[in-house]
Amino acid sequence: MLIIVGLILISVLVAGFFLGAFIWATKTGQFEDTYGPSVRILFDDEKKVDKKSSPAAQE
Amino acid sequence: METLLVTDKTAAKPVEQEECYHCGDPCTAGEISLEDKSFCCDGCKLVYQILDENGLCNYYDLEDAPGIKLKSAPTDDQFSYLESADIQKQLLDFQSETFEKLTLYIPAIHCSSCIWLLENLYQLQPGVKQSRVNFVKKQLTVGYDPTEIGLRQLVEQLASLGYEPHISLHNGEEKKAYNPNRTLFIKIGVAGFCFGNIMLLSFPEYLGFDGPMDAEVRTFMSYLNVVFALPVIFYCSTDYFLSAWSGLRKGFINIDIPISIGILTLFLRSVYEIVSATAPGYLDSLGGLLFFLLIGKWFQQKTYEGLSFERDYKSYFPLGITRIANGVTEAISLRQIEVGDTLLIRNREIIPSDSVLLSSRASVDYSFVTGESEPVEKAKGAYLYAGGRLVGERIEVLVDKEVAQGYLTRLWNQDTFSKSDEGKWQSLVDQIARYFTAIILAIALATAIYWWVVDPSIMFTSFTAVLIVACPCALALATPFTLGTAMSSFGSRRFFLKNATIIEKLAGVTHIVFDKTGTITEAGHSAVQQVGTLDQKGMELVYALVSQSTHPLSRKLFSHFTLQKGLALQKIEEFEEIEGKGLQGKVDSTSGMIGSASFTGWQDATDQLNGASRVYYVIGDQHGYFEIINDFREGLDELIGMLKGNYGLSLISGDHAAEEDRLKSKFPAGTTMQFEQSPQDKLAYVRSLQERGAKVLMVGDGLNDAGALKQSEVGIALTENISSFSPACDGILEAARFSHLAAFMDFAKSSKGIIIASFVISFLYNIVGLSLAVTGLLEPVYAAILMPVSSITVVAFATLSIHLLTRIKKL
Repeated sequence: MLIIVGLILISVLVAGFFLGAFIWATKTGQFEDTYGPSVRILFDDEKKVDKKSSPAAQE
Repeated sequence: METLLVTDKTAAKPVEQEECYHCGDPCTAGEISLEDKSFCCDGCKLVYQILDENGLCNYYDLEDAPGIKLKSAPTDDQFSYLESADIQKQLLDFQSETFEKLTLYIPAIHCSSCIWLLENLYQLQPGVKQSRVNFVKKQLTVGYDPTEIGLRQLVEQLASLGYEPHISLHNGEEKKAYNPNRTLFIKIGVAGFCFGNIMLLSFPEYLGFDGPMDAEVRTFMSYLNVVFALPVIFYCSTDYFLSAWSGLRKGFINIDIPISIGILTLFLRSVYEIVSATAPGYLDSLGGLLFFLLIGKWFQQKTYEGLSFERDYKSYFPLGITRIANGVTEAISLRQIEVGDTLLIRNREIIPSDSVLLSSRASVDYSFVTGESEPVEKAKGAYLYAGGRLVGERIEVLVDKEVAQGYLTRLWNQDTFSKSDEGKWQSLVDQIARYFTAIILAIALATAIYWWVVDPSIMFTSFTAVLIVACPCALALATPFTLGTAMSSFGSRRFFLKNATIIEKLAGVTHIVFDKTGTITEAGHSAVQQVGTLDQKGMELVYALVSQSTHPLSRKLFSHFTLQKGLALQKIEEFEEIEGKGLQGKVDSTSGMIGSASFTGWQDATDQLNGASRVYYVIGDQHGYFEIINDFREGLDELIGMLKGNYGLSLISGDHAAEEDRLKSKFPAGTTMQFEQSPQDKLAYVRSLQERGAKVLMVGDGLNDAGALKQSEVGIALTENISSFSPACDGILEAARFSHLAAFMDFAKSSKGIIIASFVISFLYNIVGLSLAVTGLLEPVYAAILMPVSSITVVAFATLSIHLLTRIKKL
């Protein structure tokens, strides 16, 4: 039955790791802005269109 | 990109109306345009050009017309104070030779385009090294290289794009404040973690495994539970213990006292049972209790972080002031102003302290401070009160009083502002808690005495079981969830509250006090009546004239003409504005003038009559005047109709009594009306009502109402634009929703009913639990089921009823 004790301890360790991750995320302010990241991920990196070189691009 | 084309069929000559490509305001097609895009003003066009040249037009692809219309062009040295090292030091979070970093509050942030543009600032200003938007708080954290770009240039760049930051000493002091929500989040996380694990380890107990399970393993699990319970007691519950203790010390019983008793009894009894190996304890209930309670707390603490409800005069006053000493101008901070200093005030700046005018004349807009609707003309030597906003040319003033002793700032020295709200007001749940605690203790003692006589062996168990079961978990959850849901319902209808308890206070209001200017009259909305002869040409001339001026009456006339069909805005020649008098100019060889009676040469005419302002015109042989009446807010009649039976009403205004007759026709007979009231008078009036036992709701808009807003039970600030500054208050209501106020108050009352119904439900659960407990039958598994079930029922009931109520009441 000792194996159960070992398993429990391991599971607690794993759970503790996630608790730690949660605390870390909170402390680094990842729950401060709940809207920004959802938009930010959709931004294209570089979309610099040089207008002078592509005059026909305008509709 | 396609533009919206609306053709008005009713007009004789079709006028093409388009939306400004930058800000979305209506504008005339082809008037101000670039390529195929139309703009409403040169400001918008300019911003577009800047972005276009720098390849930042993605801004317009993310959202339609995301721009912010520039209300007033920034003056050349509006931000010159940012060059002062003293001020920089107060604002910057980090400072070194090559890198500086600060956080700016920018109320204009409103969409994803804003985020994109502000985070791509480096493309516009290579000196910017990093920029990050916190959308919820409307803050921009920006790091830059001071050798490439100064703070002043950076802020000026932002302002020129429409993202003018609000910089005040106030947020300079505030910015280091730690977000209390973070601690609460961690507590919830820890409580949830412990609760889940304890439940998991308690499974063998729930299922009654007796067979193959070793006693040792079982003991191990129980002890592990105790370990998990330790952070729950020593970390997650501390707020409840502290609140209960402080309540006890102040001599009143709050809801946290029975909660603390319940938590401690649960823990101590469980530890005793585990150590003595008699029973498995109730640690799972303990974990669940804290987990739910903390979630309730979080729900109640939800606030609108982008809005500030705690502003005092410092938020309005300029951070940097220009002082002239020995002919040299220098930027100083508000604190450094001394009596006898000569200050330079520019257009649109606020006069920081009571002072004497040194320049020949000045036009000062006191609407925010006193409630007077029109700017006041002052001549040399006149006394200028602090808080007025200068309109027109720059002036020099001599400081007569220190900032803290000024006409307006004296208001903040009143004891109303030093008192905190704590203790003054008891919530419904605390009122109930007093009786609840007494009853619970009585039942617990009675049970203990009964079993002591009948069967002493179970005296201890049943006594503690009563305390555990009676722990008012569901009771404590009812209020936060009801009010929290109601608060977010209000928020989605543009009524923002400082915190959820305001709803409870709102439900108890008996008397409503209205401010006049800006509250029941609308600043930008007025009725214009034209008296005299005026043909199409003359009309167009007046239109062209007023389009050039920033005087408030000109702006009113301008918006009046803009709404008229078939009127084209002509190009004006020989335009001249005589500050404080009027305008003159020429359109297609028709010349004319418009302005005050004396300026236009009218005899025996007044500029003010019965609260209406008159603007005279002389165009060739045509003459007459425009009468501009401050219009009341839309829906005022219905609102007053709904309120008058249920509440006492008062009107209190800083303006003169000119409109008294018109107001009397709007309000029911017997409404108290007071005019020419100073901010202190308003505060005193609210206090006098309270002394007569009234619970007062103050509705105001300006700094002049700040005292009354603070003194009243509930102070609501009305604002045209939620992101613009409003005085310290309990709630901010968008002006367009003004007529809904009665519905909001009605809703608040119903919310209170829902709280009471939730209390009844939680009492029913308590009675079931108690009857088990007193008879000594409470098994851990019953407790473990009863506690979450009762909590969830109450939470579900509260949340659903509020949602249902929103539907029924058509809020």
